Amino acid sequence: MSAILAARGLKAFYGQIEALHGVDFEVEEGGVTALLGANGAGKTTTLRAISAMIRREGNLEFRGKRMTARAPEDVARLGVAHVPDGRGTFTDLTVEENLRLGAYVRRDRAAVKADFQRIFGYFPRLAERIHQQAGTLSGGEQQMLAISRALLLKPSLLLLDEPSFGLAPLVVAEIFRILRAINESEGVSILIVEQNANLALDLATRAYLLETGRVVVGGAASAIRADDSVRRAYLGY
Amino acid sequence: MAVRLAWGLALAFAISSPFWMSGYHLYQFSQVLIYAIALLGLNLLTGYNGQLSLGHGAFFAIGGYGAAILIVKFGLPFWLAIPIASAVCFVAGFLFGFPALRFGGLYLALATFALAVAAPQLLAFKGIDFLTGGSQGLQVPKPGALLGLPMTTDQSVFWLCLIAAVALFVIAGNLVRGRFGRALVAIRDHPIAAESMGVNAALYKTICFGVSALYAGVAGGLDAVAVGFVSPESFGLALSLAFLVGIVVGGLASIGGVLFGALFIEFVPNYADQLTVYFGENAKALPGAVYGLLMILMMAAAPMGIAGLLRSLARASGLRSQ
Amino acid sequence: MVELFHQLASGLALGGVYAITALALVMIFQATQLVNFAQGEMAMFSTYIAWWLMQNGWDYWQAFGVTVVFSFVGGVVIERVVVRPFAQAPVLASVIVFIGLSFIFNALAGFFFGYSVQSFDTPFDGRPWFGNKFMSAHESGSVVVSLVVLALVFAFFRFTPLGLAMRAAAQNPASARLVGVRVGWMLALGWGLAAAIGAVAGMMAAPIVYLDPNMMGGILLYAFAGAVLGGIDNPWGAVFGGFTVGIAENLLGAYVVGEEVKLSVALIIIIGVLVAKPSGLFGRRIVARV
Ligand SMILES: Nc1ncnc2c1ncn2[C@@H]1O[C@H](COP(=O)(O)OP(=O)(O)OP(=O)(O)O)[C@@H](O)[C@H]1O
Ligand SMILES: [Mg+2]
Repeated sequence: MSAILAARGLKAFYGQIEALHGVDFEVEEGGVTALLGANGAGKTTTLRAISAMIRREGNLEFRGKRMTARAPEDVARLGVAHVPDGRGTFTDLTVEENLRLGAYVRRDRAAVKADFQRIFGYFPRLAERIHQQAGTLSGGEQQMLAISRALLLKPSLLLLDEPSFGLAPLVVAEIFRILRAINESEGVSILIVEQNANLALDLATRAYLLETGRVVVGGAASAIRADDSVRRAYLGY
Repeated sequence: MAVRLAWGLALAFAISSPFWMSGYHLYQFSQVLIYAIALLGLNLLTGYNGQLSLGHGAFFAIGGYGAAILIVKFGLPFWLAIPIASAVCFVAGFLFGFPALRFGGLYLALATFALAVAAPQLLAFKGIDFLTGGSQGLQVPKPGALLGLPMTTDQSVFWLCLIAAVALFVIAGNLVRGRFGRALVAIRDHPIAAESMGVNAALYKTICFGVSALYAGVAGGLDAVAVGFVSPESFGLALSLAFLVGIVVGGLASIGGVLFGALFIEFVPNYADQLTVYFGENAKALPGAVYGLLMILMMAAAPMGIAGLLRSLARASGLRSQ
Repeated sequence: MVELFHQLASGLALGGVYAITALALVMIFQATQLVNFAQGEMAMFSTYIAWWLMQNGWDYWQAFGVTVVFSFVGGVVIERVVVRPFAQAPVLASVIVFIGLSFIFNALAGFFFGYSVQSFDTPFDGRPWFGNKFMSAHESGSVVVSLVVLALVFAFFRFTPLGLAMRAAAQNPASARLVGVRVGWMLALGWGLAAAIGAVAGMMAAPIVYLDPNMMGGILLYAFAGAVLGGIDNPWGAVFGGFTVGIAENLLGAYVVGEEVKLSVALIIIIGVLVAKPSGLFGRRIVARV
């Protein structure tokens, strides 16, 4: 397996408090890697550390090179798109403006235009609501908007923080179907954080289990799913 | 210990000064005491309670004009006029503090800024010029010798300011060390926690505003008597901002610090004035430049002002404060 | 009746100045929840630059252009050097720093250009088609300039990617950074824009109120009143408020309170709005960053 992103001894801090105590993991190039764990395990923190939203220590390699970017905007410019915890909607802006912001760093205008169309293919609902104020979208629609915004960066790596949060089962299934399509047809590597382990392990090729800022198990998604003791102890089903 | 010593020395200096200082210097130190009282009031409000006022010059003006009117138009002696004017200030401050509760820090700054800018025009307002003398202002008779003792006008003014200052410093010191002061600080730092512990924040804040205005009023009243004159132009935005400079330089939330602040805003413009000899008229710009630079540098490097610097110095040299 | 229209029209002229100044204030407020108390003195200093250039033989519009550019750069530099270090500081510290800045600009202007009152040229004199029965040539020209500035600013924020990025940065900085917006620079740009707008405001006001280091005190106060009236987090509201205050100031000054206490109109508006409806006419909420 080749890794698009590899963390070695990654630590992360909120102020002086260490929230991630040196974790190792790899995100498979072209695959879907899942980060699982209970509330407060450090999943969101891991994504924030990758995006340099918080202070981090240790080694992060992106496409074989040490990631030196020190600010979220630089990480984004490397082609890492982050759908944050809480969706990060620009609530006062229109749907269209939110999407245009997704493509903010791109200069290939024609390709951006084509990407808009492709995204409307995935999420026709956004096309219908293009001039609506984004804050008035439903939760599911905002999640679609957040994913679309991230895709418009034309990322090579997509970080997703609980895309199923607060959504009806049907909408979740829809979103996961589209995520799979994005991964398979566009070759975007995905690192996904999920509470819903079952769902994530369906989509993922690899998975890691976090507990209080440490990785406790990691490996092929199928192996983790098959391991009864892990399932009982950490995934609770 | 060090602090007691410093207070003692300052007091000794002050008490001795009428006996050896020239009239003009004594007058300057009277001004320092007057500013110190006003700064004390502002610091109670802004430093201890975190309510930013950019308009304390207006309360100073109410004290000054109030005293002047009572003395000139109603023939009251200054020792009655100043307390009455200060009481009026307390009420004015309390009333202003009341709506101020509804708007947070920034809006209070805006409202008081407006007060400071509008004050000179209001003081010169034609409708009340039979009281205020309009844009001409009012001439106030200076006090004669106190208690029939042989002294010059400058000396009696100085004693007056010193007595008032000592009393007001002691009161303020006791206030901030007691329940009231702890409540003010708690409201400043942890407004929600303070409320939930049963502190009536609204009441404390308005009373604090009133007390703060009262201090400014006493200072204004003394100023009217010391200068012998009140006029609208002397109570503009510049005065209000000078007060802010004073507490920032001296030290936010410090009682002793306001003495440094007062010395600063009295003497910096004075010395700058003397520099006009070398730099021409435009040296008038110097105090403003110094004020501005110091305010920014202080906020960056010494947010607790000179008092804070001295405190850390004393701690570093092993002297225990208090 | 003619007199009434005349008062209304002059209110409109200074109202335009208040409106664009209020707009500049609101821009900074939206991004930082702070009001720039140095906005007035920065504008005054810019106006002196234009004056100085013209004293040295520059043509009005050349001096105008150079001043606007200079002010823009100055605003960016001030944000980077002076304002940025206090980004995490309490409101009190920030306001003190802004007051410090205004002291410095006031002093700089006094030191370099002196304290005597100067008259300031207007490009609109001697062009009768700008003049009309109710307004002087400069007044109508200045209304036009204010409207052009407003149109440009709104077009910039509405139609350009950079304007969109600035709005995003002001609204949700964390999210803006995740899409690659350099939020720090957006703030600096905002200061640059605000300073440039301020320069225009100063140059439009100077022929009316005359140029001296304290010329902007009253104007800033009226702009505050306009911003508070319209809602300090709403650019359209600020513009509306600015024009309204300009007209109210003139009418009340002429017919109700008297010319000499016109500034109290601003005081009354500010306190009245804060007491009755703190969010202003069109504001969304009152942001209490105590
Ligand atoms: N902004 C913050 N400041 C301080 N501590 C934080 C902050 N955000 C998270 N933490 C702490 O870091 C730890 C990890 O939190 P994190 O948000 O990464 O958990 P999570 O795995 O995403 O949980 P959840 O499934 O509930 O989203 C927790 O102990 C949390 O309290
Ligand atoms: Mg989380």
